[in-house]
Amino acid sequence: MSKFKLFSTDHKVIGIQFLITSLLFMVFGGGLAMLVRWQLGWPGHPLAFMERIAPAGMPGGVMVPEYYNMLFTMHGSVMIFFGIIPLLVGAFGNYLIPLKVGAPDMAFPRLNALSFWMFPPAAIIVLSGFFLEGGAAAAGWTAYPPLSGLKETMGIGQTMWTAGVIVLGFSNIFGAVNYIATILNHRAPGMSFHRLPISIWAMFTTAVLTLLATPVLASALILLLLDRTLGTSFFLPAGLVVDGTALAHAGGQALLWQHLFWFYSHPAVYIMILPAMGFVSDILPTFSRKPIFGYHAIAYSAVAIGAVGFMVWAHHMFQAGMNPMLGTSFMISTMVVAVPTGVKIFSWLGTLWRGSIRLTTPMLHALGFISMFIIGGLTGIFLASTPVDMYMHDTYFVVGHLHYVLFGGSLFGAFAGITFWFPKMFGRMLSERLGKIHFWLTFILFNAVMFPMFVLGLGGMPRRIYDYTQYAGLVHFTGLNRVMSLAAFGLMAMQFLFAFNFFWSMFRGKKAGDNPWEATTLEWTVPSPPPHGNFSGPVTVHCGPYEYSVPGAKRDFTLQTEKTVKGV
Amino acid sequence: MLLPEGASTYAPKVDQLFWIILWITGFFFFLVQGCLLLFVLKYRNRAGQKAAYIHGNNLVEVIWTVIPALILLALTLASQKVWAEIRYPKEAPAASIQVEILAEQFAWNIRYPGPDGRFGTTDDISTINQLHLPVGMPVQINIRSKDVIHSFFVPEFRVKQDAVPGLPTRIWVEATRPGQFEIRCAELCGLGHYRMKGFVTTEPIADFQSWLMETKANE
Repeated sequence: MSKFKLFSTDHKVIGIQFLITSLLFMVFGGGLAMLVRWQLGWPGHPLAFMERIAPAGMPGGVMVPEYYNMLFTMHGSVMIFFGIIPLLVGAFGNYLIPLKVGAPDMAFPRLNALSFWMFPPAAIIVLSGFFLEGGAAAAGWTAYPPLSGLKETMGIGQTMWTAGVIVLGFSNIFGAVNYIATILNHRAPGMSFHRLPISIWAMFTTAVLTLLATPVLASALILLLLDRTLGTSFFLPAGLVVDGTALAHAGGQALLWQHLFWFYSHPAVYIMILPAMGFVSDILPTFSRKPIFGYHAIAYSAVAIGAVGFMVWAHHMFQAGMNPMLGTSFMISTMVVAVPTGVKIFSWLGTLWRGSIRLTTPMLHALGFISMFIIGGLTGIFLASTPVDMYMHDTYFVVGHLHYVLFGGSLFGAFAGITFWFPKMFGRMLSERLGKIHFWLTFILFNAVMFPMFVLGLGGMPRRIYDYTQYAGLVHFTGLNRVMSLAAFGLMAMQFLFAFNFFWSMFRGKKAGDNPWEATTLEWTVPSPPPHGNFSGPVTVHCGPYEYSVPGAKRDFTLQTEKTVKGV
Repeated sequence: MLLPEGASTYAPKVDQLFWIILWITGFFFFLVQGCLLLFVLKYRNRAGQKAAYIHGNNLVEVIWTVIPALILLALTLASQKVWAEIRYPKEAPAASIQVEILAEQFAWNIRYPGPDGRFGTTDDISTINQLHLPVGMPVQINIRSKDVIHSFFVPEFRVKQDAVPGLPTRIWVEATRPGQFEIRCAELCGLGHYRMKGFVTTEPIADFQSWLMETKANE
């Protein structure tokens, strides 16, 4: 890092740029959620300082319904498009792929830099809505037309949202091309596919999903943009009457958007979880001092999840007016995708079994990932069942489910990854003490915010509701919502502890050696931080990625560059 | 407990599926969390603790693939049975009563066909946000929207159906007990989404008929 250049094409610099930028966006997106929680905890109560920040959205500090809709829309959009995807895929994909496959850099370093430099402008375009007439996009991160497609119902902010996400889509596609090319063509001699770390299998599958699905989203967004700006009717049927005015649109179909959107966005859920699964699969063996249990099953289940993940999109649309028979086929594919997910969880348990477990901060986050992701996975089964979904769809049960997957899963996975690879990235160790405090409080407060969502959902509380006390049947949830909000504020505060640890340790942390965790994969054979070009000489791989506690070996870990006594 | 008391013929079927899934997922929840805790405690790194050198076990891996697959298959079949009963058009019971719901920002326009049984004639009966249904009789509900997507959701009925402009949909429902319930819009439809509230009143058929006549007289 000594010669840090802003416009570098070094994959490590780009990875760290993605990391810092996406973490900043997550702080912003989290802040939006805090305002949402304020309104849910104390509906209609003024928040004085917000008057100055958002005079139109919170006049006198009291939130108006439009502003609430903007907040949850932008929370979802920022967290998914500018937080989790660039963090898991952009930051770790860039940083880890060349190091782990034994390459000096990505296949296309300039394209890689372009991929990063399209990301902040995309975010600025999307967020500019907050400063424009009518405010930011407010049709949900799913942006269903006609609500999102009409000038009459959504202002210029929605147009900017659409345009910005298109830009981001291209950034993702460029990244994906690079990942695929690098993994296929730039592996060191001896690094066969079956010697790749699971995180690389996950990144490869993720990149294929991104490459195949994102263009569909981009097309849908372009059509939506045309509907909004040029008056076309791709998603707008005839006969619309808004505010007493009959509109001239004709011939479009509202459901077409949902098919195209979810054709991308369901694979996107796997784009957001597979890398985290990959990190956990690297971290568990390291701190169990044991080979991963069922390498092939874990590797190929990632591929299976990716493949089946393309056939489940319409399970978001069981109650959307589709033919019910189509609901049946998507219920079947959705149940199928649970099988490889289960295989992974059992294999991780098998990895822990008879290990010698070191409870470091990254290991705690990896265990937290398993513990929380299982809740996200199991609650998905309720939603896969079409009749049960008829009740649960669009209630807080879904909100709880998705937060257990994307926070409990993706974010704990990201924390595991950051705390695990931080020493490699910056050459210094994070504080274990602060790391553990951060983990435990995040874990407890996360559950205190998200678990009650299942109770709210089962009680019939719809999501995206500005003031649920409108409904007599939901008023009794006021106390519970207040507790959730308090826990949410605590959860947010905890992340500043993480930020402090991150930046303090970057300069003041204990020096890390090349291999502080006594791990086996190639990134641990080079200095921390690795020099430009990564490896000082030719790399040859002699064994699999998780050769821990090999009988007869002199240490309890065997680097991939070493010959094992025994093993694959 | 957890779910509001049901008020339609759907409710017991949906609730039964819910409880079956809750028991099964509950079992796996405790199994996985239990193993996780047990392994971390039991195999925690201590002096002399040596990790085993094991790469996997084909038999175990087949077992933990096949058993969940079979359970999921059973759940799919059970769900499909209920789904077909309540949603497949060919399974819908013959309904002598029809009602049309036309959703708009931010209200539910309710219309009954009147004595002639046909919509769009002078004897139609219209209300806003007030849906009345007889108890013990299947009712056909035609759902439409005139602007954006809304969703007709009555928690006690366990029914949810999106109202999509340009895509008329038809569902049926049979109330099982008299009462008054809320219609909650379940699809984000704009700034007034949160207050797009309606009411369903379920009552004996005689009361329902007299309500229809009264409403018509007041039009």
